[in-house]
Amino acid sequence: MITASQKPTVPSTDTRWKLVEAAMRKNGGQADALIETLHAVQESFGYLDDVSLKFVAESLKVPFSRVYGVATFYHLFTMRPPGKHTCVVCLGTACYIRGAQAIIDRVSREMNVEPGETTKDGELSFLTARCLGSCGLAPAVVYDGAVAGKQTADNTLDRVKRRIQ
Amino acid sequence: MTPEELHDLAIREKNTQAEAGTTLNVCMAAGCMSSGGDKVKEALTKGLTSAPAGKPCRVKGVGCMGLCEAGPLVQVGSDGPMYKEVKAEDSSDLLKTLSGAPLKRLLCPTDTPFFKRQKKIVLENCGIVDPERVEDYVARDGYTALLKALNHMSPADIIQEVTTSGLRGRGGAGFPTGLKWNTVAKAQSDLKYVVCNADEGDPGAFMDRSVLESDPHRVLEGMAIAGFAVGASKAYIYVRAEYPLAVKRLQIAIRQAEKLGLLGQNIMGTTFNFNIQLRMGAGAFVCGEETALMASIEGKRGTPRPRPPFPAQSGLWGKPTLINNVETFANIPPILRNGGAWYASIGTEKSKGTKVFALAGKITNTGLIEVPMGITLREIIFDIGGGIPDGKKFKAVQTGGPSGGCIPEQFLDMPLDYDSLAKVGSIMGSGGMIVMDETSCMVDVARYFMDFCMTESCGKCIPCRVGTTQMHRLLVQITQGLATPADLAQLEELCDLVKNTSLCGLGQTSPNPVVSTLRYFRHEYEAHIRDRKCPAGRCTIKEEAAV
Repeated sequence: MITASQKPTVPSTDTRWKLVEAAMRKNGGQADALIETLHAVQESFGYLDDVSLKFVAESLKVPFSRVYGVATFYHLFTMRPPGKHTCVVCLGTACYIRGAQAIIDRVSREMNVEPGETTKDGELSFLTARCLGSCGLAPAVVYDGAVAGKQTADNTLDRVKRRIQ
Repeated sequence: MTPEELHDLAIREKNTQAEAGTTLNVCMAAGCMSSGGDKVKEALTKGLTSAPAGKPCRVKGVGCMGLCEAGPLVQVGSDGPMYKEVKAEDSSDLLKTLSGAPLKRLLCPTDTPFFKRQKKIVLENCGIVDPERVEDYVARDGYTALLKALNHMSPADIIQEVTTSGLRGRGGAGFPTGLKWNTVAKAQSDLKYVVCNADEGDPGAFMDRSVLESDPHRVLEGMAIAGFAVGASKAYIYVRAEYPLAVKRLQIAIRQAEKLGLLGQNIMGTTFNFNIQLRMGAGAFVCGEETALMASIEGKRGTPRPRPPFPAQSGLWGKPTLINNVETFANIPPILRNGGAWYASIGTEKSKGTKVFALAGKITNTGLIEVPMGITLREIIFDIGGGIPDGKKFKAVQTGGPSGGCIPEQFLDMPLDYDSLAKVGSIMGSGGMIVMDETSCMVDVARYFMDFCMTESCGKCIPCRVGTTQMHRLLVQITQGLATPADLAQLEELCDLVKNTSLCGLGQTSPNPVVSTLRYFRHEYEAHIRDRKCPAGRCTIKEEAAV
């Protein structure tokens, strides 16, 4: 049983926990800071796991079940470590109409990775996005956080391969 | 900040800008940034310092100039020549034009219908002000509407002005804004909230993102006016985490406004307090639904609840809450500055003012536009949008995202407003407009949207959770040529069931893309079923389906 006076211990000496604690403080340290806190965890560590979820639950005094529920409800939160590189293909309507599906099929086939998964060697996370809002540049692909517009299956595959090497 | 100080700040900034001479406006909104706008700005700034031009000049990062397709865009002043697809290498050539002739090679004509046919109210500052400097906004009458509201108007006057304007909610449903404000104002409570819905989830829509990235202070000012009118002192902006640039600019804007005393305690020396907090979404389309959005702000799973009670009576933490969309708030400052009657003079009888649309898909000019209500779809697509590229034929335009419908050619001359769109089976929605040509298969488009709704269904109510899955399964079968006429009948029955029995808007409107394509493109469904063929040649018909 956790009482109000007990402060949960930080899971490790990793300094990234300080960022997480700062995010909780900044958002009032209350239950409603949960989503902001999970963002901070994922930004710092790349993904969420049982250890971090438990720490967040105890810190914000929220049942673990609710933290787990929130972490699994929202698409942006991931419970698996990401690959070294990421490639996100936008599947918004404009991108779809302009041929994003062909990009996905090709990369998926050539790199042997299903959309939403990471390659076995952990090099590439191949993801899709609902809409980046870069519809003027359709089809858009995000390589390691940088958006590129007017992509084709060929140059997407090429850019992905170059990053991995 | 007192009214005099605000006035002084505006004068000071105007003088500084005049002394600085010509400005080179570089678009720093997400579209142009991803094609290298930031590098162009850097190169121009560097070029300017190393080799000063003859005349005084400065480089300024501004928001969206509209023609996203041709980015990165650079404009000399706010009405000088515009340049498209500028690269960092072009910077020295561009700087030379300041004392010479325009650079023909990169010139982007601005006397085209794309620029001339628009009417800008919400976007009046986009592409002109630096979104990261509050002074620039103040120099263009920024925060004078808030000043007027606090010093010369009562909350009832403000609501009356908004009601007179005829403004309807720009999030999609088109509920009269004045009426909503009045309901929240009348609610009795020790605490009330204002919420700005910036969870722009419709795929193919980027109006709110562009406004937040290009002119964030306008939204903050609109929210503060709303807070004063309804008696709220706390506010949240719920913004998609997929829009990092919008989040960053909002954070900067809030900090700047607080520092100047335009937000926070005792605003402009009055007793009015107003604090705005940012809340980020985490990738759930359903959170655009107001009750789900509030659950998410409270740090919970974003699942909707039945209404009533409506948020105006019982919203965030059970308190009366005013929820409006980004574009709705962005309309408020000009309405107060120029009066509700001025706004009501624009548009049609039942849909007043202008609407911002995100024009994309198979269209020559993709980008962000603002047009008066009542304009025809044909004017938007063929005049402003420049028609269909590659000599292809127009087939349909999709409005309203996954809750909307596909409008065929025969309705292109209909005036665009909330009611006529509803009449032809679509909705205004938040403003996404996707143009499709003959290479798009309408069954495939319906399948695409159903896939979206199926994945985004929160799972709380059964009609939506199971219904969208079953409808998607049937649509996949049709696109693969594996369906029978009985499957089509079942699909139609499911559309009716899901529409009438789902809990929230997501489920209730999820059949719309199917219903509207069945209404206008039934022959395409029948071709897949009867002839096992995709007329557009888009779908892969399974071999076992061959006749």
